[in-house]
Amino acid sequence: MYVAVKGGERAIDNAHAWLAEERRGDPDVAELSLGQIREQLALAVNRVMAEGSLYDPDLAALAIKQSRGDLIEAIFLIRAYRTTLPRIGHSTPVDTGKMACDRRVSATFKDAPGGQVLGPTFDYTHRLLDFALAAEGLVPDAPQGEPDQTPMPRITEFLNRDGLIQPETTSDTVPPDMTRQPMEYPASRALRLQSLARGDEGFVLGMAYSTQRGYGRNHPFVGELRIGTCSVEMEIPELGFAVDIGEITLTECETVNQFTGSKTEPAQFTRGYGLVFGQTERKAISMALVDRALRWEELGEDNLGAPAQDEEFVLAHADNIQATGFLEHIKLPHYVDFQSELELVRKLRAEVQMTTKEAAE
Amino acid sequence: MSMPSQDQAYNFAYLDEQTKRMIRRAILKGVAIPGYQVPFASREMPMPYGWGTGGVQVTAACLTPDDRLKVIDQGADDTTNAVSIRKFFQRTAGVAVTEATIDATVIQTRHRIPEAPLNRDQILVYQVPIPEPLRFLEPRETETRKMHALEEYGLMHVKLYEDIARHGHIATAYAYPVKVEGRYVMDPSPIPKFDNPKLEMAALQLFGAGREQRIYAIPPYTKVVSLDFADHPFDPSKADHPCDLCGADHSYLDEVITNDQGARMFVCSDTDYCAGRQASGHHGRLSPQEDAA
Repeated sequence: MYVAVKGGERAIDNAHAWLAEERRGDPDVAELSLGQIREQLALAVNRVMAEGSLYDPDLAALAIKQSRGDLIEAIFLIRAYRTTLPRIGHSTPVDTGKMACDRRVSATFKDAPGGQVLGPTFDYTHRLLDFALAAEGLVPDAPQGEPDQTPMPRITEFLNRDGLIQPETTSDTVPPDMTRQPMEYPASRALRLQSLARGDEGFVLGMAYSTQRGYGRNHPFVGELRIGTCSVEMEIPELGFAVDIGEITLTECETVNQFTGSKTEPAQFTRGYGLVFGQTERKAISMALVDRALRWEELGEDNLGAPAQDEEFVLAHADNIQATGFLEHIKLPHYVDFQSELELVRKLRAEVQMTTKEAAE
Repeated sequence: MSMPSQDQAYNFAYLDEQTKRMIRRAILKGVAIPGYQVPFASREMPMPYGWGTGGVQVTAACLTPDDRLKVIDQGADDTTNAVSIRKFFQRTAGVAVTEATIDATVIQTRHRIPEAPLNRDQILVYQVPIPEPLRFLEPRETETRKMHALEEYGLMHVKLYEDIARHGHIATAYAYPVKVEGRYVMDPSPIPKFDNPKLEMAALQLFGAGREQRIYAIPPYTKVVSLDFADHPFDPSKADHPCDLCGADHSYLDEVITNDQGARMFVCSDTDYCAGRQASGHHGRLSPQEDAA
């Protein structure tokens, strides 16, 4: 009886076997292939790549299959795998200005060089369940056009030309790597952006939303949102120049925020920035809003005490793998601690009862 | 226990050598400054944060192929997470494992210090959820680091004093704060305060907090004082019963509810200690009777 409460080896093995069976579901239903997940659940794959900090759609698809569609569990699998990979080197900075855009919209200008491209978006769909999809019908082909070769320069650059927007300073310092160094506060902006880029989509969204509702409001406009592919280049020491090593899909969001000026800065627009793997625009926009909120000190704004302005609060709680692990660990046995609390509570109660009894006599 | 061969797909004890070196540096720094929380670049482990990733990384950095590992959770070797961590090292390091405290060279623990005294050839590795003893008084890391630097522990004493004023006792039953070698206030991890006096011991004690990226240490025979007041001295209390299986009246006990009428029994939380005492002939109230005689 005493041993029964202690779990043990056989219980774990059996639990794993049961889990594997549940994962497969009804064997009369065809098994999902990784290709199906990668191609048809692409946005789930993108989220897993983004928060797992590893760009590999096939591995992300595998993780989603293994985790039964629990995306945080899938992200965890990718993170645990990622840490074991050797670091071969670093790419040169990716030039998102040269992105081959599938989607590019600006909310601040009606038109801009390169034009607005809606791309494959849910934005103007009516959210009506499409029962035809349940019937596995063939999708009608989308109309084809010629690829647009027009360059699409970044829209905030136009504002920058007139000095109306706060310029970003360039720096050649090597950015810190949060996966190789312990987190330190206060964090540099590079570190903050890293943390937000892999932060939980729901958490970052909630933080961003709170700024819109008045907790550290910063009046954002989507200056530009672009989604597309960028080439990744790497310097090869033996060659002495950078070579193209592949292509990745990115979502980039730059917000333009109203700013009336402070003691140190003239009235101008300011920016928030979001950059995320894959097509992940909710996350990229959220990231930009939170980035902007966290910049209050650098821009000489007041600390309003809003949660989204609080760097330590935001960064320490944005990671869903840390959060879910710590949250779920309370399922582990705690009976030693509970026992000590039990003794204490009994002792305190006994003393109170004694005093009341004495007082009554 | 049998000694399985190491899974060749992983480096010895899972972590790569560079990472282990980084962790060993943090450990050495921790040993040099007893009770000081050393930041380290904690890795994502294949088990969840909060489930012992800090302890696992410290153990991985300490293990050699000749070591004999014991893993306990709540004092017991057969709790599910202890089983899981022990299996992890059997698979990735191929080290020998044991349940006998005396035979182990490295012991990873969660929430307990073994009852049997440890010796100078042993390392005790603690899993730590929140390494910062001041965290629940001041949530900001930037502030608590300053408080440690300035040895500004007044807030902690005020908290303990308020407990006494309100309840007549210090209302902390586990993770009871200690001062190490007269300098740093340290969280001993959520061990019951009953275990606090054992923190002064012959073995090296290492504390790993994975999620919070901190390692700290108590070198052998370091002075460890549980915080208290002259008129309210520290009291390492436990359940006022002997063990119902081995009769020990000086070990930490778990309370087990045995039926729906609220009947309960008290048994040693340290399963190896209890089994050892029973094997050497000690009996408790509910010990199985061997002979009718």
